[in-house]
Amino acid sequence: MNESTETEMVLPATSNQTVRVHARASEHFLPEEPRGVLQCEKVDVYYGNFRAVTGVDLKFGLNEITALIGPSGCGKSTLLRSLNRMNDLVDGARVEGKILFQGEDMYGKKVDPIEVRRRIGMVFQKPNPFPKSIYDNIAYGPRVTGMRVDSMDDLVEEALTKAALWGEVKDKLKQSAYGLSGGQQQRLCIARTIAVKPDVILMDEPCSALDPIATVKIEDLMHDLREEYTIVIVTHNMQQAARVADRTAFFTALADEGTGDRTGVLVEFGKTKQIFEQPADQRTEDYISGRFG
Amino acid sequence: MRTIGTTISASIRPERPIASGTNGERRPLALLFLVLLWLSLVVAFGVLVTLIVTIVIDGQNQFTWRLFTEFPASSPDRAGARPAILGSMWVIATTAVLTIPLGVAAAVHLEEFADKKNWFNRAVELNVQNLAAVPSIVYGLLALAFLSALGVRDKNIVIAGALALSLLILPVIIIATREALRSVPMEIRQGSLALGATQWQTVWRQTLPSAVPGIATGAILALSRALGEAAPLLVLGALVFVSFDPDGIFSGYTTLPIQIFNWTGRPQEGFHELAAAASVLLLVLLVLMNGVAIFIRNKFQKRW
Repeated sequence: MNESTETEMVLPATSNQTVRVHARASEHFLPEEPRGVLQCEKVDVYYGNFRAVTGVDLKFGLNEITALIGPSGCGKSTLLRSLNRMNDLVDGARVEGKILFQGEDMYGKKVDPIEVRRRIGMVFQKPNPFPKSIYDNIAYGPRVTGMRVDSMDDLVEEALTKAALWGEVKDKLKQSAYGLSGGQQQRLCIARTIAVKPDVILMDEPCSALDPIATVKIEDLMHDLREEYTIVIVTHNMQQAARVADRTAFFTALADEGTGDRTGVLVEFGKTKQIFEQPADQRTEDYISGRFG
Repeated sequence: MRTIGTTISASIRPERPIASGTNGERRPLALLFLVLLWLSLVVAFGVLVTLIVTIVIDGQNQFTWRLFTEFPASSPDRAGARPAILGSMWVIATTAVLTIPLGVAAAVHLEEFADKKNWFNRAVELNVQNLAAVPSIVYGLLALAFLSALGVRDKNIVIAGALALSLLILPVIIIATREALRSVPMEIRQGSLALGATQWQTVWRQTLPSAVPGIATGAILALSRALGEAAPLLVLGALVFVSFDPDGIFSGYTTLPIQIFNWTGRPQEGFHELAAAASVLLLVLLVLMNGVAIFIRNKFQKRW
């Protein structure tokens, strides 16, 4: 991302956007400590010998939106992908430390990664609908996971309604998902994730390929989804974190003096308001005020 | 806002006209190169046109229904290629049934399941590439040795010929299928896996269906190569004079290329004409198969 544009956006954006953060925050009761449905304990993620992230202790609260922010290469996407074992698919990727899901070690020997991914869904950076009809895109997850469904039609309608897409597509369910706009495709991907009834939804920069109007729709949708789901979002856009997240975790990359390898570390984690208004760490303040990143 | 100052200073540069009166694309060297390219095209195209015109003129007298309906005979006026046409169909159909499932399965394993860093898998991969370049007669010898080892006495049967041709085109089909699988974006697989689908389900329901057009195109092109082969079948002792219709995979047979080979070797002028007519027929079949492949590719090609 172009740093200078982000820098210039900070000043005008915060003046009117923070109003919205406060309005949203007041609607939603936020406990002091997150009720950790998903929890990282001293997590290191490696790709072969390269340590991408180290020493992460983090709790993702039930029915909260947690944003992971930080400069490029700070390992936030890597960490996100470890949270539903999508990193298993990368050669040589491994996790040390513990990631607990509802108190259970997600990387335990008896845990089936397929089940983990069913319970913890993921929305990707670029909308990736399947080359099928809109209906089949939604029905795919329930079908492959063998979910017991009374009426697939009802389930499809429910998922599309929750993803705020039903009104736009209800007359063309049998048409290809590729006919939808980028923003609609991304909401379809969210609907597809909802259809398998996960507990947690991970979002990897879900708006970075979308225009501002589509972005607002996704952000509004995230607020609605928070009532039922725990959401973790990686974003490059600090204003987005400020707008949507209940809590924010700021990561940065530290270079190893010997090898020069850059490893991501968690700098600060707290309520979004606190991170943006009274950051405890100088690096956080520098980043959110646009001095680096 | 800070950039305004630099923009102004940049625009102070003197203006220079762009109409210089010369054309870089028309320099003598560029023109010479263009002519060379064009000549290479003429040579390649000229050879092809000469070949086609010659065989069409040679074969025009013999291009009648008799070619399709009659059996080979000792006189060119009564001979036809009926068993060769039927034999080619039998052999190619059997080859397709043998090769496509095997080739697609091998490619799916290599592309979707095998650990690409494992030395064994890399050796297999490299050798599949090499096998695609092995001369066809070698596959004939291989099939011959294999069938002898199995104790098959009469190797001049459809299934034996199909086996040799299968060995010949298997690497081509594997390579084409791998290409087709590779062109399915990673995001589709990830999307499927992130919903809790298994690797198997992802391959069966997403990757393979998306790759079908590419696989079909590759398979048809490979089969059209097999259709034109005579050498491996001759090694297996394919008959050159067949006076019956092949009626099963254990039946004796001949194919169009073998029939052409046989007729070309006869002294009578009439047989040479028959060979030319049969060649035209073989060419038409090949063009048709390639046409189908191009049609499938254009019609079902996915735009991601």
